Amino acid sequence: MARTPPVQSPPPDRGDATGSWLYNPAVRGAAYQVALAAAVVLILYEASTNAIENMRRLGIVSGFGFWNAPAGFDINQRLISYSSTYSTYGEAFWVGLLNTLLVASAGIVLATVIGFVVGIARLSRNRIVSFLAACYVEFFRNIPLLLQLYVWYNAVLRALPAPRQSLSTADAVFLNNRGLFVPAPVFGEGSGLLLVAAVLACAAIAVFGRWARRDQDRTGRQHATGLVSLALFAGFMALGWFAAGRPVTFNVPDLRGFNIVGGLQIYPEFVALLLGLSIYTASFIAEIVRAGMLSVSRGQTEAAYSLGLRPGITQRLVIIPQAMRVIVPPLTSQLLNLTKNSSLAVAIGYPDLVQVFMGTVLNQTGQAIECVVITMLVYLLLSLLTSLAMNIYNRRVAIVER
Amino acid sequence: MKKSLLAAIVTVAAFGAAGASAATLDQVKQRGVLHCGSNPGLAGFAVADDKGQWTGFDVAFCRAVAAAIFDDPAKVRFIPLTAKDRFTAVQSGEVDVLIRNTTWTMSRDTSLGLNLGPVNYYDGQGFIVRSSLGLKSAKELEGASVCVQQGTTTELNLADFFRANNIKYEPVTYASAVEAVKAYDSGRCDAFTTDASALYAERLRLTAPDEHVVLPEIISKEPFAPVVRHGDDQWFDLVQWTVNATINAEELGVTKANVDEQLKSENPEVRRLLGVEGNFGEGIGLPADWAVRIIRHVGNYGEIFAANLGPDSPLKIDRGLNRLWTNGGILYAPPIR
Repeated sequence: MARTPPVQSPPPDRGDATGSWLYNPAVRGAAYQVALAAAVVLILYEASTNAIENMRRLGIVSGFGFWNAPAGFDINQRLISYSSTYSTYGEAFWVGLLNTLLVASAGIVLATVIGFVVGIARLSRNRIVSFLAACYVEFFRNIPLLLQLYVWYNAVLRALPAPRQSLSTADAVFLNNRGLFVPAPVFGEGSGLLLVAAVLACAAIAVFGRWARRDQDRTGRQHATGLVSLALFAGFMALGWFAAGRPVTFNVPDLRGFNIVGGLQIYPEFVALLLGLSIYTASFIAEIVRAGMLSVSRGQTEAAYSLGLRPGITQRLVIIPQAMRVIVPPLTSQLLNLTKNSSLAVAIGYPDLVQVFMGTVLNQTGQAIECVVITMLVYLLLSLLTSLAMNIYNRRVAIVER
Repeated sequence: MKKSLLAAIVTVAAFGAAGASAATLDQVKQRGVLHCGSNPGLAGFAVADDKGQWTGFDVAFCRAVAAAIFDDPAKVRFIPLTAKDRFTAVQSGEVDVLIRNTTWTMSRDTSLGLNLGPVNYYDGQGFIVRSSLGLKSAKELEGASVCVQQGTTTELNLADFFRANNIKYEPVTYASAVEAVKAYDSGRCDAFTTDASALYAERLRLTAPDEHVVLPEIISKEPFAPVVRHGDDQWFDLVQWTVNATINAEELGVTKANVDEQLKSENPEVRRLLGVEGNFGEGIGLPADWAVRIIRHVGNYGEIFAANLGPDSPLKIDRGLNRLWTNGGILYAPPIR
């Protein structure tokens, strides 16, 4: 496209205006960008019109009409009401999405906690502790996640007894190869009061926390904030509980027929996926944490020690806050990876978005393009939201920088 | 798995033109090899041995199509497809024909841009359970966990059956049959459900096959049929008549062993089948001896069944509905004339 400028053309700054804009770098840059954008749009347009034309000619049904059609298949693990009797493909989508969100959010919390613990342990002066942490990282980081999921799933399943031989505690908690069954709370009349009590308790804890901090700043006295908060919370909840007349009853699981009936069931697929994802991702997070801590100069530790701070407090108040600004950006990528890796659920039978929507729904409706596009958009949106949250947090910790 | 699906969809989207209008037969001839979508591994239907040689009931029909075209049953490339990915592979042109224990349903026939037929195996969905449970009927499965493979009619029939009988159950869904069977074997589920033919095959994979029984109920109609793309009627005809030829051959008593002898037969039906009279191959773009090639290389329907599923196989499945209509079954092919 770019022609070499003709030799005889006058230099642009000699007052002769003709053609001068052609040689203006800004104009040229803009022109290239417009051309590139046009090419991209053209390719997308061609591909989509061609796809539509091909699908029309082959008689493949397209559009989103399937969304409200009855689904006709069942899903075992769900956070919202769903049944093959009355639910639509759209509702199946929400069931899958919520399952993905559940395992991803639980995984993010667990992986971050394990990652920090292992990362800090690896820097421990205790040789055995740091060796064990190093073993953890090298082992879990270097084995493919899918393989780990299979191992967790099969290990979890094989180790557990059949429902009729369940391990049980007080006939209320059961553990077998169908999952862990715990009594499920049933919120009866007046449960709203408990919520009020919880909100009041949190407010009281916040007020006390602020007073304690101020008091410490003023007088140097330390207060047992943790203990007091716990007591406040328990007190308020107990008050609410009796004031509302014990509104919560429990649905206790019970062995009937083949399976345990009632209670709250935590499925082995969920546990295996959660463990696999968290432990795998934590091995990467541990290394990020270690790198972040090592990036804080040794002088900081020495300065803290010379002020008389104990090692634990030095870590917590001096090293980690400074390390966070190094840790957070790569940590974000790991959390995004965890969310995306949760789609491996399909291998071990956990009904996440990919399993339900890109698996069963796609197959029953045959509308591959629609299902894939929706699923991709969902993951894109989830990732962008996670990064947004982490960026906001990053900006807060980055203020520490001088 | 996800990648191949995506790739296939992108292919449909951008280059799908190769799909329909061009004559599939010419492409296959030019390529010199038939691309046949098959099950990644189902004893009796499609299994690859350690040398990469495919055998099985569905595989035999792929070979029959290749034999009709090339007079050589080895000119097939088998493309293993999961239940989930199989239709996309046909739509995108990745395979010329899909013969993979695929149930012929109305929605698959009418909304996916595909043509199915004719039926090469009449099946129905059943359940396998541990014999120690002492169950007599699937209706006793109240509250049971049932392992099932995803992306199949099985998943829907299961929901229908329990709903119709008002029985509570818990489905546990896996992407592959292997994982579903493994989970059942490890005790995650009380029952495993799939098409009855596959139940017998999958039972062999369990750690103690003798400790499991197949329940008597058949809860659905599962007619298996080959699948091709819309838009190439001649190709669809060729696949249809390949299956029909094997059935007609059995009915007329034409076998692998006696096919050359039968060329001299006086029976007009045999003469038409074998192309001695008339030229029926012309209509499907093949020479007159197309059916002779099929029978010589692959055999008639009865021989294919016996070798892969019946008495000559480890599965020993009864022919049941798949007997010829003259023998009390429902297998019935339109005449060649």
